[in-house]
Amino acid sequence: MKVLSPVSLSGIRAQAAQHWQATFGGWHSGRPVITVGMATCGRAAGAMDVLQALRDELARLELDCPVVEVGCTGHCYAEPLVTIYKPGYPAICYGYVNPVIARTLLREFLQGDNPCPEFVLGALETNDLVPSFADFPRAKYETRLLLKNCGQIDPEQIEHYIANGGYAALEKALQITPEEVITEIKEARLRGRGGAGFPTGEKWEMCRRAPGRPKYVICNADEGDPGAFMDRAVLESDPHSVLESLIIAGYAIGAGQGYIYVRAEYPLAVQRLRLALRQARQHNLLGRHILGNAFSFDVRLFLGSGAFICGEETALIASLEGEAGIPRHRPPYPAEHGLHGKPTLIDNVKTLGCVRHIIRDGAKAFAAIGTQKSTGTAVFALAGKVVNTGLVEVPMGTTLRQIIFDVGGGIPKGKRFKAVQIGGPSGACLPESALDLPVDFDSLTDAGAMMGSGGMVVLDEDDCMVEIARYFLQFTQRESCGKCTFCRLGTRQMLAILDDITKGKGKPEDIAVLAELAEDVKAGSLCGLGKTAPNPVLSTLRYFRDEYEAHVKEGRCPALMCQDLINYYIIPEKCERSCDACVGTCTVEAISPNSKRIKVIDQAKCVKCGLCLPACPIKYGAIIKQSPPQVQK
Amino acid sequence: MKTVTLSIDGKKVFAHTGEKVLWAALDNGIYIPNLCAMRENSEEPMTACRLCFVEIEGYAQPVTACTEPVREGLEVSTRGERALRLARSGLELLLASHPIECARCPVNRACELQRMAAHLGIKLKTRRLRKFVHEFPIDSSSPLFVYDPNKCVLCGRCVFICQKLPGTPAIGFAHRGFDRRVTTCGDEPIGNRCGDCTECVSACPSGALVFKSRSPAADGS
Ligand SMILES: Cc1cc2nc3c(=O)[nH]c(=O)nc-3n(C[C@H](O)[C@H](O)[C@H](O)COP(=O)(O)O)c2cc1C
Ligand code: SF4
Ligand code: SF4
Ligand code: FES
Repeated sequence: MKVLSPVSLSGIRAQAAQHWQATFGGWHSGRPVITVGMATCGRAAGAMDVLQALRDELARLELDCPVVEVGCTGHCYAEPLVTIYKPGYPAICYGYVNPVIARTLLREFLQGDNPCPEFVLGALETNDLVPSFADFPRAKYETRLLLKNCGQIDPEQIEHYIANGGYAALEKALQITPEEVITEIKEARLRGRGGAGFPTGEKWEMCRRAPGRPKYVICNADEGDPGAFMDRAVLESDPHSVLESLIIAGYAIGAGQGYIYVRAEYPLAVQRLRLALRQARQHNLLGRHILGNAFSFDVRLFLGSGAFICGEETALIASLEGEAGIPRHRPPYPAEHGLHGKPTLIDNVKTLGCVRHIIRDGAKAFAAIGTQKSTGTAVFALAGKVVNTGLVEVPMGTTLRQIIFDVGGGIPKGKRFKAVQIGGPSGACLPESALDLPVDFDSLTDAGAMMGSGGMVVLDEDDCMVEIARYFLQFTQRESCGKCTFCRLGTRQMLAILDDITKGKGKPEDIAVLAELAEDVKAGSLCGLGKTAPNPVLSTLRYFRDEYEAHVKEGRCPALMCQDLINYYIIPEKCERSCDACVGTCTVEAISPNSKRIKVIDQAKCVKCGLCLPACPIKYGAIIKQSPPQVQK
Repeated sequence: MKTVTLSIDGKKVFAHTGEKVLWAALDNGIYIPNLCAMRENSEEPMTACRLCFVEIEGYAQPVTACTEPVREGLEVSTRGERALRLARSGLELLLASHPIECARCPVNRACELQRMAAHLGIKLKTRRLRKFVHEFPIDSSSPLFVYDPNKCVLCGRCVFICQKLPGTPAIGFAHRGFDRRVTTCGDEPIGNRCGDCTECVSACPSGALVFKSRSPAADGS
């Protein structure tokens, strides 16, 4: 590309390095620094109060120590997180911090010399003093690429990003031709992280070659899956990484205008993206003649209204055009016929997040991570019955067992693992026998699941698989746009069947009808929402059919979860008559003694809250939860 | 214009390049169930009804005939078991959400739903599925026609025509999912909004939009 007036990043870089040095440099030369995780996960856990307590106490103690607001480190289970960089010590991260602990840390560790091991989550590097993150079992599997900066830099300071290698990829991309950029992406064998796993390089090439001008690039940050928050974390914690990659994508396909379609429910992400755009413009990383090259490009934010279907690319484009967010038939694909009928590249936040790494460190380095067909890392939001909930980034090909048991720390309370729901509402439930499945695009598809957006919910013996299927189908049924017959009416029928089964009203033929409808909705629907909505049902029917049958044939919920199929019952032989511990716990006065002073639950009054269950002393263990319900004669 | 030769159910058929399989079939006397397809927008079909499935030699899955461009040598079957299963299932879903009161319906025996049910060999009253019929009020505010939203199958033909005509369109889609319906802006009575060209009534394949001349009962009540 022709250079108009050679501007390079080096000027900005020196400035950024200085800025970074001024904040974190002191750690090695006498002045401490503190970082606080201030992403949505941290804020929800009370990080605002912790931040305030730190600032107040530092002022009171008259200590010179900057406090930097950083993003999400992925250890969301232990928020609020505070990391102290004290000269002479390793950087130590403290978890579950509250204002009291925060003040204690300042007095004991910053003023005194006691690193307070009782509050330590882990040190950022190995040392002899306190345990470090490297000692965690998860350290063996975690590979931080997309999340590298998250929680380490202040997302509101472009200098922090640049001082950590930011915008070097853009600089490099502008020195090679757009075709060479695309070749690099193809050689990295990058695949789309938005769900389908389509080869990204091929899509870019298709879009570059497509006739028609102008061309557009769109970053899909609609992230509508319940329980998924990977894109949010990246946008909040490292917005420039997405922006840099989007600019590179614009250069590669020959676009002049980019969009970031972000859901309005992510106010912090929106605010940080706005700021990032402004900073990038100031430094000529956006706008006319970027870094002195002939390439001009700008980016606009578009706030989505939060409908799940607007994440589907054709619906997203309709929504950007000011129309209702309703999908249309493909082909033509957006790469050829997209926004305003022009060639449009649309990529997920995480897909783009990989781009800058590929360009900066080369396709080979990226392709060395993961498997042959699924390169790079996978980011999951680990949730449900697992010890360490939060964000996890592992190489593709890591097994489910490693993610759940090594990274996630296994199932809490000594319960048994039952299944893992992967891929959100379009995904599937996989049983224990699938635990050694490598997590990559193709293995998951073969098992009837989907990489999806990256939600991963762990289920244990207390989770009813019929209810889980019903829960996810209820979500998609509500989110269906209603355009096409199978999705609009088929999911409605399926949900009615599942409602009936979980209420004990299922008829013997219901399971077969459910399976037939699921197959038809999958094959007959217009867009990905309808095509994947049956997956939770199909996968539970495939792996947990016995649970469906128990509900329908025996009126029994094996997991004791479906409220209509359980009751609480006091075993007369076990009730210690002189004890009345349970009686008072019942808020609706359903428990009373009979003539022999044995306690009996009046099932007509009982609201199945379960409060009485733990009230019965363990040595008696007279109260049980049972399915199917039985009544004391 | 260039033509191609393809085979549909073993019959050799000529069609224009760029044309869709559905129209090639219909123009040659081969019926494929369909509700939402219109010649006027065959370039960008609505693809909402999902009834026009056919099987094509070499394809892994049945495809919608209204979106599939004809190609030289294409071998299309409208009677493949998988395509028929989808068409039957789709129609059954529509019928399960449609008030089946044909004897009293003004379009009885001129109804596309009845025609397709006969073609596909399924009953109008489904036993397999549950009945979910909306109970929206019937709109007889127009002097010329009656709109019964409960009978609408959301094919979108009326909306397409109305929006294509000059002037401000009277009707469009509103709401999502199962509640999606054809209505006016602000759910006003259709008579307040519409110029009574009645193009939509002619386009409607079900008993949702009918001329008052055909439906004396709905007028008076
Ligand atoms: C119902 C539905 C919702 C979707 N939601 C999202 C989303 O929130 N974010 C996303 O990146 N892709 C989403 N997709 C996938 C997009 O249509 C599209 O494939 C993706 O943005 C392409 O980017 P990629 O190649 O980087 O994966 C969704 C698809 C469907 C069918
Ligand atoms: S599959 Fe569902 S969401 Fe997609 S077009 Fe059809 S009705 Fe709309
Ligand atoms: S009113 Fe008639 S033409 Fe309009 S969408 Fe409904 S069924 Fe189709
Ligand atoms: S006619 Fe093809 S989808 Fe309706």
